[in-house]
Amino acid sequence: MRSVFKTSYYQDFGLFRNRTQRDWYLVLMLGLMSMPFLLPAYLVDFSLVLIFGLCGLSLMVLVGYTGLVSLGHAAFLGIGAYSHVYFSQDLGVPWIVSVALAAMVAAATGVLVGLPALRMAGLYFAIATLAFALIIQEVFTRWDSITGGLKGKMVERPVIFGYALHDEAPFYLLCLGCLISGLWITRNLLRAPTGRALMAIRDSEIAAQSIGINLAFYKIMAFGYSAAMMGVAGALFAHKVGFLAPDIFSVLLSIQFLLMVVVGGLGSLHGAIFGAIFVALLPVAISTARDSVPEWFGQIFGVFGTDTGFAVSAAVDRFVKQPGLEPGIFGLILVLFILFEPQGIYGRWAKIKLYFSLFPLYKQATFKRQKSYMKSERFR
Amino acid sequence: MDVVLQLLLNGLAVGCIYGLVALGFVLIYKATELVNFAQGDLMMLGAFTCYMFVVWYGIGYWPAFALAVVTLAIFGALLDRVILRRVIGQPQFTVVMLTIGLGAIFRSFASMTWGSEVYTLPTPFSAQQTMIWGVSVSHEYISIIVGTMILCAVLYAFFTRTRLGVAMQATSQNQLAAYYMGIPVKLVFSMIWAISAGVSTVAGVLLAPISLIDTNLGFIGVKAFAAAVLGGFGSIPGALVGGITIGLIEMFSGAYLPLGFKDVAAYAVLLIVLVVRPQGMFGTVGRKRV
Repeated sequence: MRSVFKTSYYQDFGLFRNRTQRDWYLVLMLGLMSMPFLLPAYLVDFSLVLIFGLCGLSLMVLVGYTGLVSLGHAAFLGIGAYSHVYFSQDLGVPWIVSVALAAMVAAATGVLVGLPALRMAGLYFAIATLAFALIIQEVFTRWDSITGGLKGKMVERPVIFGYALHDEAPFYLLCLGCLISGLWITRNLLRAPTGRALMAIRDSEIAAQSIGINLAFYKIMAFGYSAAMMGVAGALFAHKVGFLAPDIFSVLLSIQFLLMVVVGGLGSLHGAIFGAIFVALLPVAISTARDSVPEWFGQIFGVFGTDTGFAVSAAVDRFVKQPGLEPGIFGLILVLFILFEPQGIYGRWAKIKLYFSLFPLYKQATFKRQKSYMKSERFR
Repeated sequence: MDVVLQLLLNGLAVGCIYGLVALGFVLIYKATELVNFAQGDLMMLGAFTCYMFVVWYGIGYWPAFALAVVTLAIFGALLDRVILRRVIGQPQFTVVMLTIGLGAIFRSFASMTWGSEVYTLPTPFSAQQTMIWGVSVSHEYISIIVGTMILCAVLYAFFTRTRLGVAMQATSQNQLAAYYMGIPVKLVFSMIWAISAGVSTVAGVLLAPISLIDTNLGFIGVKAFAAAVLGGFGSIPGALVGGITIGLIEMFSGAYLPLGFKDVAAYAVLLIVLVVRPQGMFGTVGRKRV
């Protein structure tokens, strides 16, 4: 077990634990920045990972740190996307100002919805955000003059300071810059008193209230912050997809975002990024597997004769080409994670790290889940 | 006047469906404090199962109906036994995500087993009409209203008259005390899931003639959710009244408000109710004791 020897209080304020950790993050950043030269073929997927990372970050602040579950965050992504496209294309506002305006519109909507919704406890809040998202989706469909309605709306490539980002590489770097600044701001927010207040609210609202934390203020702040970040992500997402239609911002997308924070690991910024990598790259992995898996099965069962091999290969092929398979796999992964690894990928990573740092002394029971009775939230 | 009456009857029928699905939510919530977001998808599975028995295997409508209810009830009990029992006592968010995941699996399973086409379920009431107060009402709508009434009467009798029903009430009031009194709480939980899945199957089969069966039938669950909240989550009569209210509001807003309001009316009402009276029409709410 290695521990950091602290010689001054200011060391506790640092962004990183020690110099080694900072250097490793620098290496990671350099690696990510050289991605356009290393793996140019996969840039399209990587920029989606970065945008989803921003979404995951936004939801992590809300779900992982404040304990408010939103089932309708795709609505804020949509608000950000549509308002950015409206400001920059229809009104001709410069790109950066337009993104800032989009973030502000999303945040304002968030606060407006949050004001009444935050009076409600846990589950009701989730349902209220779900209802809000469904209404917003209908608004996207009906408000033709701004959103283009069901016909959709084309999005041009971003033009920043007169420089048009036609290629994927500069757009990737733009997304990377947004994600890193998002991470930096969020990390600063969370290690400040604000962040500790949010975590106190998550762990016990009543305890937080009794030590003098203004519940309504902090909840609305968290919701507004989360919505604003979703707005920025929405602006980038609009350029990414290139075409906006109301059915992109469905409840299913909101659920994918939640899947991201759950699979990544609630309550850690690493988790948001891990989750984003997972959710953005899974469809790519599935579509690759669709082509290769039947062949593998054919080869394995080819041992029992060529005919069996072909038959099995054809059967597996028919199975994996079913259109409904992908959401089912998402659901299955979600269920398995919640049942067997509720701390997500980051939790698994922390356990592996602890195992090696304690090497011969690691105990299985360290992370064992406690058995518990149903805890009533009804009051009588 | 005729139009109003027609809308009233249609709204009542659709509302009964919402009410039945909401009843499924409420039963599970009352007993186990789990919120089942997969309720609508259970309904979809029920409708498909009945369709399979009727059209693929050529069983008559009534035996197929009964078989579907029994199949789904067993499935519900297994679901509780194998998966959901593990998360009792975990935070509510865990359960919400778990059931959302289950719902996705059910939809995927349905589209792989029965295909992603749209089906109609042939019933004995198809294409028949009766005149009531000068309005022609198709038998499908009447079957929904009558079916709901019968089911509610049966459930009411079950919960107040039978030993198991009373045991279920006791379990939902206090799990630990029920254990001390010798009630097999685990079995009761499974039974509650079975009943809830059975009730949503009835809803699905009754709904099938007026709304066609496809894999997205489960999204009715969201509106049923609105109904459950409107009635005050945890109140059985509240769920039915909430469902009928949502159904009526939807029908009338579809007829008298501009296009697009019909689809969001239920959610708008839900938001207003949550703001004005978060405990719903019949619910009680208080602060958690520390």
